[in-house]
Amino acid sequence: MQTPTHTPTELAAGLRLPTNGLDYAIMAIYFAVVLGIGFAARRSVKTTLDFFLSGRSLPAWITGLAFISANLAATEILGMAANSAQYGAYTVHWYWIGAIPAMVFLGLVMMPFYYGSKVRSVPEMLLLRFDKSAHLLSSILFAFAAILIAGVNLYALAIVVEALLGWPQWVAILVAGFFVLAYITLGGLSSAIYNEVLQFFVILAALIPIVVLGLKKVGGWDGLTDSLSKTHGHDFVTAWGGTGIGSANPLGANWLTIVLGLGFVLSFGYWTTNFAEVQRALSAKNLSAAQRTPLIAAFPKIFIVFLVMIPGLVAAVLVPKIGTPGSDLQYNDAIPYLMQELLPNGVLGIAVTGLLAAFMAGMAANVSSFNTVFTNDIWAKYVVRGREDAYYVRFGRLITAIGVAASVGTAFLASSFSNIMSYLQTLFSFFNVPMFVVFIVGMFWKRASTKSGFWGLLAGTVTAMVNYFVLYKRGIIDIPTDQGANFVSAIAGFVAGAVVMVVVSLFTAPKPEEELQGLVYGTRSPGMEEPPAPGDDAWYRKPALLGWGAVIIAAACYIPFSL
Amino acid sequence: MTEHSGHSGFSEKDVQREVTELEGKSATAARIFDLRRIIGLLFVLYGLIVGITGLTDSDAAIEKAQGVNINLWTGLGMLLLGLFFLVWLKLRPTPPPTPHVLPEEQDNE
Repeated sequence: MQTPTHTPTELAAGLRLPTNGLDYAIMAIYFAVVLGIGFAARRSVKTTLDFFLSGRSLPAWITGLAFISANLAATEILGMAANSAQYGAYTVHWYWIGAIPAMVFLGLVMMPFYYGSKVRSVPEMLLLRFDKSAHLLSSILFAFAAILIAGVNLYALAIVVEALLGWPQWVAILVAGFFVLAYITLGGLSSAIYNEVLQFFVILAALIPIVVLGLKKVGGWDGLTDSLSKTHGHDFVTAWGGTGIGSANPLGANWLTIVLGLGFVLSFGYWTTNFAEVQRALSAKNLSAAQRTPLIAAFPKIFIVFLVMIPGLVAAVLVPKIGTPGSDLQYNDAIPYLMQELLPNGVLGIAVTGLLAAFMAGMAANVSSFNTVFTNDIWAKYVVRGREDAYYVRFGRLITAIGVAASVGTAFLASSFSNIMSYLQTLFSFFNVPMFVVFIVGMFWKRASTKSGFWGLLAGTVTAMVNYFVLYKRGIIDIPTDQGANFVSAIAGFVAGAVVMVVVSLFTAPKPEEELQGLVYGTRSPGMEEPPAPGDDAWYRKPALLGWGAVIIAAACYIPFSL
Repeated sequence: MTEHSGHSGFSEKDVQREVTELEGKSATAARIFDLRRIIGLLFVLYGLIVGITGLTDSDAAIEKAQGVNINLWTGLGMLLLGLFFLVWLKLRPTPPPTPHVLPEEQDNE
């Protein structure tokens, strides 16, 4: 995940929701539809391309909404609300500078290479540009991270369900694991993506009432900011207040580390090289739709911050001591607390359903990208090669089951060792950084040699980890918060990866020019020459217009928060 | 997944050829159902359930929601979203499968 800021911890015991039969009926309908989509999508699966990439045939609005949903997991919803209750309006940085530029870059600059070269995964792109060692290293790191993150999601779900509905943790883990297993094994990526789109709308239906009623309770936006300015200081409701270099702020980061660490390295790493995201775009029906996938996602992303930040801020007003030892409530409890306080039965059922859907989608996105990388990039290339396509479809289904079982195992493990989990989450927040540096150097510098990919990846990963776990955790360098250390480690990993790639390239042979077609900026692969589909030349489907439009709106959103 | 023996690695041509071949056999475009119908029906159903709950809500439920009949409004919103998808589907029905699907593959099963 991009922002594992708040690891799952026990929710306050007093948060049990007053759910009734109506709420459970709403939940049951949703689960039935989820399974129905799995069964209905089953008949579209004939080849591995159908199972792992929806046959590269989905329209842009579907892949775009799935792109946003794959990120809008419940750990993100609860975590960002928690972030807002703790740090205030700084949360907007994760969206406007920490997501939009990277999403636009993915759509406008990188997607032609990904989609045009017809690769089926992010590691496969490394195989084409670099060599097998870079490919295998990135595939294994990704597969491992995907399973653990799926497990973290499942564990977080179990905690929330236990607190809100009173189900024992193991019941929640097994039930959610079963549903994800069923619909991905049946329908593959198509069913994962269709469910993500559905989930997007259910989450909106869950969050909007919370925001509206929350604002009403604290006297509207003005009432909210006035109360917070009084209790937490004016910087709490601004985006940049107190982020001057050398001045202290609760986030523990200055504007430079925010812009470079979060806005550039971490977010570009996450959005452009995390296969769980990129896979959604690769399943689009043509290059134009693939490019528009992250761009269509960018527009809701700009505004979703309000749906997660406002509940966090409202909770900070209603429970001024939230998150401190003087209160029963943790920062993570912000949204569940408001659900309990404000929502009557009916809407409450929708909200619980939205939360459960978000947890399952977070898990499903990781499982559906894990099975693709494991089957295409590890199994079919290094273990059992050259079998017929149907064999790999069967293997994909089998590995999905194994992957879900492994995440269930991880979830149970996490429930007994929650500290290990928070460590692992931090670890994985760096994994995309070296991937990104290797991509960017490989894409813009023809001379980068085939060997440099592996060493850049390794050096970047090791440096980011050493910086975080040795230099920061042992107090050798002084950074006020984990967040700030996260940003600095990401920058260190990026720089180290780039330097090592340059040095290795200078001492090793470059890749022959003719093998770089379509892989390096300024060249084109045959796949990019497809004629545009009818209707794609409409002005509202122009990638450049969509992309720059999103950047301008995001920048404009900063204005009221900078005064 | 054939004939890429790979000591010199796996070239872009191999990927292009393999994926193009699979695209020819792919069944997703021809057989996948239209998601707009599912979203439309689910949200119409949810809209009706939640909206009717709103019409029959007790004063206590309304008071809890800061005096807003939130069930009614949310139900109405969901109903409209569901209708939007159904109308969209009606006006722009599912497009015919993309050309790379061979005709005989559409009608087995």
